[in-house]
Amino acid sequence: MSAVIQQTSWIKIGEIDDIPRLGARIIETDAGNIAVFRTADDEIFALRDKCPHKDGPLSQGIVHGKKVTCPLHDWKIHLDTGLAVAPDEGCTASFPVKLEDQTIYLLPIADDGNKREVN
Amino acid sequence: MADKLVVIGNGMAGIRTVEELLKLAPDAYEITVFGAEPHGNYNRIMLSPVLAGEKTIDDIMLNDEQWYTDNHIRLHKGKTVTRIDRVSRTVITYDGIVEPYDRLLIATGSTPFMIPIPGNELPGVVSFRDIQDVNAMLEASQQYQHAVVIGGGLLGLEAANGLMNQGMTVTVVHIHDTLMERQLDKPAASMLRNTLEERGMQFLMNAQTEAICGNHRVEKVRFKDGKEINADLVVMAVGIRSNIALAKEAGIYCERGIVVNDTLQTYDPSIYAVGECVQHRASTYGLVAPLFEMARVCANHLARHGIGRYTGSVTSTKLKVTGIDLFSAGDFAGNKESEELVFQDAARGVYRKLVVQENRIKGAVMYGDTIDGPWYFDLMRDDTDISDMRENILFGQAHLGDSGHGNDNRVAAMADSAEICGCNGVCKGEIVKAIVDKKLFTLDEVRAHTKASSSCGSCTGLVESILASTVGGDYSVAPHLKPLCPCTEHNHDSIRKAIKEQELKSVRAVMDFLEWKTPDGCSKCRPALNYYLICQWPAEGLDDYQSRFINERVHANIQKDGSYSVIPRMWGGHTTPNELRAIASVAEKFNVETVHITGGQRIALYGLKKAELPAIWKELNAAGLVSGHAYGKALRTVKTCVGQEWCRFGTQDSTHLGIELEKMTWGSWTPHKFKMAVSGCPRNCAEATIKDFGVVCVDSGYELHVGGNGGVKVRATDFLCRVNTEAEVLEYTAAFMQLYREEAHYLERTAPWLERVGLTYVKSRIAEDPDYRQRLAERFRYSQKYMQNDPWAERVEGIDAHEFKPIATFNLNELKRVS
Repeated sequence: MSAVIQQTSWIKIGEIDDIPRLGARIIETDAGNIAVFRTADDEIFALRDKCPHKDGPLSQGIVHGKKVTCPLHDWKIHLDTGLAVAPDEGCTASFPVKLEDQTIYLLPIADDGNKREVN
Repeated sequence: MADKLVVIGNGMAGIRTVEELLKLAPDAYEITVFGAEPHGNYNRIMLSPVLAGEKTIDDIMLNDEQWYTDNHIRLHKGKTVTRIDRVSRTVITYDGIVEPYDRLLIATGSTPFMIPIPGNELPGVVSFRDIQDVNAMLEASQQYQHAVVIGGGLLGLEAANGLMNQGMTVTVVHIHDTLMERQLDKPAASMLRNTLEERGMQFLMNAQTEAICGNHRVEKVRFKDGKEINADLVVMAVGIRSNIALAKEAGIYCERGIVVNDTLQTYDPSIYAVGECVQHRASTYGLVAPLFEMARVCANHLARHGIGRYTGSVTSTKLKVTGIDLFSAGDFAGNKESEELVFQDAARGVYRKLVVQENRIKGAVMYGDTIDGPWYFDLMRDDTDISDMRENILFGQAHLGDSGHGNDNRVAAMADSAEICGCNGVCKGEIVKAIVDKKLFTLDEVRAHTKASSSCGSCTGLVESILASTVGGDYSVAPHLKPLCPCTEHNHDSIRKAIKEQELKSVRAVMDFLEWKTPDGCSKCRPALNYYLICQWPAEGLDDYQSRFINERVHANIQKDGSYSVIPRMWGGHTTPNELRAIASVAEKFNVETVHITGGQRIALYGLKKAELPAIWKELNAAGLVSGHAYGKALRTVKTCVGQEWCRFGTQDSTHLGIELEKMTWGSWTPHKFKMAVSGCPRNCAEATIKDFGVVCVDSGYELHVGGNGGVKVRATDFLCRVNTEAEVLEYTAAFMQLYREEAHYLERTAPWLERVGLTYVKSRIAEDPDYRQRLAERFRYSQKYMQNDPWAERVEGIDAHEFKPIATFNLNELKRVS
C-alpha cells in the first residue's frame, strides 16, 4: 500500500528557469524520456517524449502557443492533453505537473486515457 | 451581448463566410441564417455528378443540420426573405418572421436566365441550378426519351452529359458555332465536340430558339429557321443573373450585381455581400474559387480584424464531364499585340495553347492533357517572364527538368491504386476518398488530411489535378499571394519589406508590428521570420534560438530514432591524414554505428547521442575540424575535382578555387540549403551543373552556372556568364548568394526562385550591372563578418549547455523500491 503512495507522490524536477521559454528539457527515466515544456507565459507541461505518429522526440520540437511541432514529420501535439491536432489522430501520454514558487514538480503517472480532440 | 449577424442565403458563399468567421471569432456574433431551399448547405458545383449518377445528394451535403446546432446558428430553411428594412435594421420573410440585425450578409447567389420565348413555362422546361432542378431532370429521364439542352456552355454540356448517362437522347442547341466559346478556342472546342459526339451527344449549332411548343407538357422546340425537333425535356442553360432584387428594393446600390468594395461591404456599411450576387470592380463571378476568396476577406472584416482585401480573381475552369480533361484560364483569345504558342497532337487528343504578350502568359487553353494547367495558371498570376523557357514551355513543367514522376499526366485515367505521393505512400483512391468524404476544397486541406504532396511537394501538380477532377475545375486554387502561414495575412515579400523599412529587429517586434494572429507564431512562420531578420540585420538582428528548427539549434541532424548525425567541414572536399585519424578515433571512442561518405564529399557519423555531441565536437575541433553545416538552411558544401593539379584534362586549379569559395561562404544562412561545385574542365566530374551555383573551368576562364539541383526534381543549371579570373568568380558567387538570400522566400531553393523571377532578371543584377553586383557582394561580405564563428567550438565552450543534458533523471522502479 505504501508503495503506491510513494510512487504517486510529486517528484521535484528542477527550477522553471532551467527550461528556456518556448523550449523543453527531458527527464530521463528507466521507462523512457519525459519531455517538460515551458510556454511563452511560463506554463509548464509534461508529455511522454514520443510523438504518436512515429515516436519522434517531441522535446526537440518548436513550441508555439500550447502546442509543439514534432521535429520528424511536423505533427502538432497539444501540450495540455497530448492529443494530435486534427486532422491528424493520435495521443501521447501526459503527466501532471505543478509549479510551486519557482520549482517544478511532476507526478510520474501517465495519463493516456481515451482522449479525443474536440474540434 | 454579442451582435446579431443575419445571413440571407444558405449556399456556399454565405456558409463559407460563416465558417471562416467562426474560425476567427467564434463568439463575436449571434448568427441567424435564412435559406430559400429546404436543405442544409450543399456543394452546388457537384450537382453535375449527381445528375450523371456518379454521386448522390447525400454525398454533396456540406453542412448538415447538426453543424448549425453545434455552432449555435439558427437556421431558417425554406424561408425566403422578402424585405430588408434598413431603417429598423430587420429582415422580413414571406411568412412574417422579423429578424433584427447589427450586421447583414447578403449571399443570395444567382438565378438561371430563362430565354423569354413562348412556352418557356411549360412543364418539362427546367433550369440547372439546384437540387429541385436535378430531381426534375432525373424524374424526366425515367419516363421520357428526348432531351434538348439549350446552351453549349459549361453548365449546358454538364447537364447534357448527365442526361445522356441517365439514358436519354440528348441534343445540345447552341447559338454560336463553337462550344464553350467563353472558355475555349475553335480547335479545342472542336476536339471537345468530337469526343462528345463519339459518346452519342448530338449538336445543333448556330441555332436560335424561337419557341417551345406543347399542350400540357413540352413536345417540340422550334427554331428561327423553322426547323423543329422533338423534346420531352428542355434544359435552359444559357447563363445566370445575379439575384439583386431584394437588395435593390432595399435601396442598396446595384448594377449587374450588388456593388461591393474590396472589403465586400455594400454601400450600406452595416451590410456585406458575397458570392454570385456581388459585383466587384465591375466583375461578377459564377465560379467557386472567387467566392471562397471573398468569404475569407469578408469574414476577416466581420470579425473586426480589418485586414485583407479582395482585389478580384483570375479564374480557371474545367469541365466536370468524366474522362474529359479540359482547362481554360484568362484571356485565351488574345488580341493584336499578343502571340500564340500552340501544341497540337490530334492522334493523342492533346491540344495546348498559350496566349503570350510581352513574354507573359495571358491565357491558356488545354485539352486532353491538363496536368500543367495549374502551373501555367501560376505563371500567369505571378506575371512570370517566360522568355527563358519559351522553347520548352508547351511540353510542360516536367520538361524543364526530369520530374521523376515521368509521364503520369492523365490523372482522370489513372487507376485508384496509382501511387501519387511517393514520400508518404498515398494513392489516387485515398486522395479522392478524402476529398469526397471530408468535403475538401483546397490543396492545403488535402495535404492536411492525406499528407499527399506535403513532404517534398513534387506531386503537387498531380494532387491539384485530382482535386480539380474530383470537385470540378473551379476548385479553390491557392490565392495568388499566399500568406506565410495561418498566423498572419502577410506574405513573404510584404514581411521582408516591413522588416527592412520599419527596422524591425526581433521576431517579437515583427509579430507585434504586423499584428500576428497567434501569440507566438508557429513552427512554420517563426523560422522564416528569424531567417529574414538575420539576413536583413546581420549585426544587430536577434537570432532567436527557439525559432530555429532543432537541427540548427543543436548544429547536428536529427535522425528518425532521435539520435543525431555529425558532418565536419572538409574544405572543397579536401582532407588530410590527420583529419581522417581524428574522425576515426571519434568513431571508435563514441561507438559510432555508421560512418558514411556523403554526396557532397564529406564524412558523416551517424547514431550519435545528443548528450555526447559537445564531447565529440571537442575532439574534432582539436584536429582542426569545424561544423560542416550539413544540418542548416545554409551553405552546405563546395564539391570539387582535383583539376589541373593532377588531372591531365584539368584547365584550372579547381580544388583551390573550391576551397577559396568555401572559405568565403561558410557559415552563411540562406533561404534553403545551398550547394556549390567546381569542375576543372567541361567533363564536369564535380557535377557542377546540378548545383545552386556551379563553376566549370575552361581553358580561357570560368563558366558560371546557377539554379541547379539534384534531388526530387532534377534541374540542370542555367548558364549565367563566363568570367576570366578567380577573383571574379568569388565576387559573382558572393553577389549571387546575396541576391538569393535577399529575395527568395524562406524554404525556396534557387531552382524555383530562378524560375519565379526569371534568369533574365538574375543576369540583369549580376552579370550586366557591375555596380549592383559589387554592392551585393559587399553586403554578403559584411554579413559574413558576423556569421563565421564555428558553432561547435561555441558549444564546446558551454553555450546552450542545457540543450545537451536532461533536467532530471530518475528510476521509477527504484522509487517503488525505496518505499
